[in-house]
Amino acid sequence: MSDSANKRTALYDEHVKFGARMVPFAGYEMPVQYPTGILTEHNWTRENAGLFDVSHMGQCMITGQDFDTVARAMETIVPADILGLGPHQQRYSQLLSEDGGTLDDLMITRHAEDGMLYVVVNAGRKDHDYGWIGNHLPRGVSLRTLDGLSLVALQGPKAEEVIAKHAPQLQTLKFMHYADAELSGIRAQVSRSGYTGEDGFEISVSNNDAVKLWNLLLSDPLVKPVGLGARDSLRLEGGLCLYGHELDETISPVEADLMWSISKRRRAEGGFIGAARVQKELAEGPSRKRVGIKPEGRAPARDGTIITGMGGREIGSVTSGGFGPTVGGPVAMGYVETQSSAPGTKIQLIVRDKPMPAEIVKLPFVPNRFKR
Amino acid sequence: MTVKYSKDHEWVKVDGDIATIGITNHAQEQLGDVVFVELPAVGKKVEKDSEGAVVESVKAASEVYVPVSGEVVEVNSELEGDPAMVNRDAEGGAWFMKVKLSDPSELDGLMDKAAYDKFTA
Repeated sequence: MSDSANKRTALYDEHVKFGARMVPFAGYEMPVQYPTGILTEHNWTRENAGLFDVSHMGQCMITGQDFDTVARAMETIVPADILGLGPHQQRYSQLLSEDGGTLDDLMITRHAEDGMLYVVVNAGRKDHDYGWIGNHLPRGVSLRTLDGLSLVALQGPKAEEVIAKHAPQLQTLKFMHYADAELSGIRAQVSRSGYTGEDGFEISVSNNDAVKLWNLLLSDPLVKPVGLGARDSLRLEGGLCLYGHELDETISPVEADLMWSISKRRRAEGGFIGAARVQKELAEGPSRKRVGIKPEGRAPARDGTIITGMGGREIGSVTSGGFGPTVGGPVAMGYVETQSSAPGTKIQLIVRDKPMPAEIVKLPFVPNRFKR
Repeated sequence: MTVKYSKDHEWVKVDGDIATIGITNHAQEQLGDVVFVELPAVGKKVEKDSEGAVVESVKAASEVYVPVSGEVVEVNSELEGDPAMVNRDAEGGAWFMKVKLSDPSELDGLMDKAAYDKFTA
């Protein structure tokens, strides 16, 4: 299963030590699960605090002479309100193609230092994204990759209690904000964000300190390591998009129901790559929409499953589907024609050539518990 | 009673002309937490190496191939309500189906325990 061409994060040896099953993912050898298994790791994160190695993700810094300069530059590339970012504030956004499809989704943070935006992109898209962003930045604004940094996520209702033991001031850190902090002497950049639907922190730390930080956090009995398998079931229950599934170059943020991430000013003004389609779909409504899907039986419906109406006409397909441990049954997300997207709509999923009854439901499946 | 193993990680326990079939402990370890099992209908005619059942973990769906030909005479419907039994007792209580053999000589092509252990080592 392993491939020597795959890269390793600074925490690779720790995963192996914990007995993780390592799999190739986005060019890296990553832990899909530890010996306790995905269900246990998922439930632990919902109840306590799970520790994830997400160092495969792409961290970079966009720099220019001052905040106004870099924010204006970035606003030509992403649809989010960057000029409106307060100091230390973070936003979720997307990279769009000229025709409004999604090239990636990303997090953008206004750094404490003037003229710097800290950006995190998906592992499998980082080479593309660095090129794309770099090519669209004006003179005087540049992108620098931060290959010397690792990234770990501490997620779950006990995450705050755990991190406060090492850096008490982080207890009051607001959702979608970051702070520079020292965790028992280890310098880190900590943001209150994540990908599980739970409260939590994402901690960027030097590769040289990654192992020390990992073991420091794991020494807390409230913390267990969690692999990519549970990361996927947690984000699916949380109704969060995964690039390559809910988002791809054919899908617009309007179809993906991500309009909350595009401010009123930016919708009206446009001025970002892909704006024409976004504005048109806002005015006329998109032809398809991302929805939550609850199969009625016990059988999970996986990515690619065809969705039909009750009469058997094809109306869409599943983009992510599996078993939701917190829900205690199968859950899925997918795209359906807008006229069939209202919660409560009865649909059929074609699983192994048989129609299986299901219903469109409101997302998320498990209420998000972010600290607003 | 002989127990044989297939390259697709099923075990076959033969008693007279009835073969009890399940997935191996090695297979359940690879799958991880099993959350769903779909069993064939009793009376279904199955051919060697055809898809007989489905087992799904949190992450993925996998086919269970029937390593022998015959007719399904019984299924373990307990698995539908308690799929995690596959993780707890793969080579015991968590059998999938019983098949009345139509060609017992097919068993000769399967591995014995020693060969299977070597195969999965």
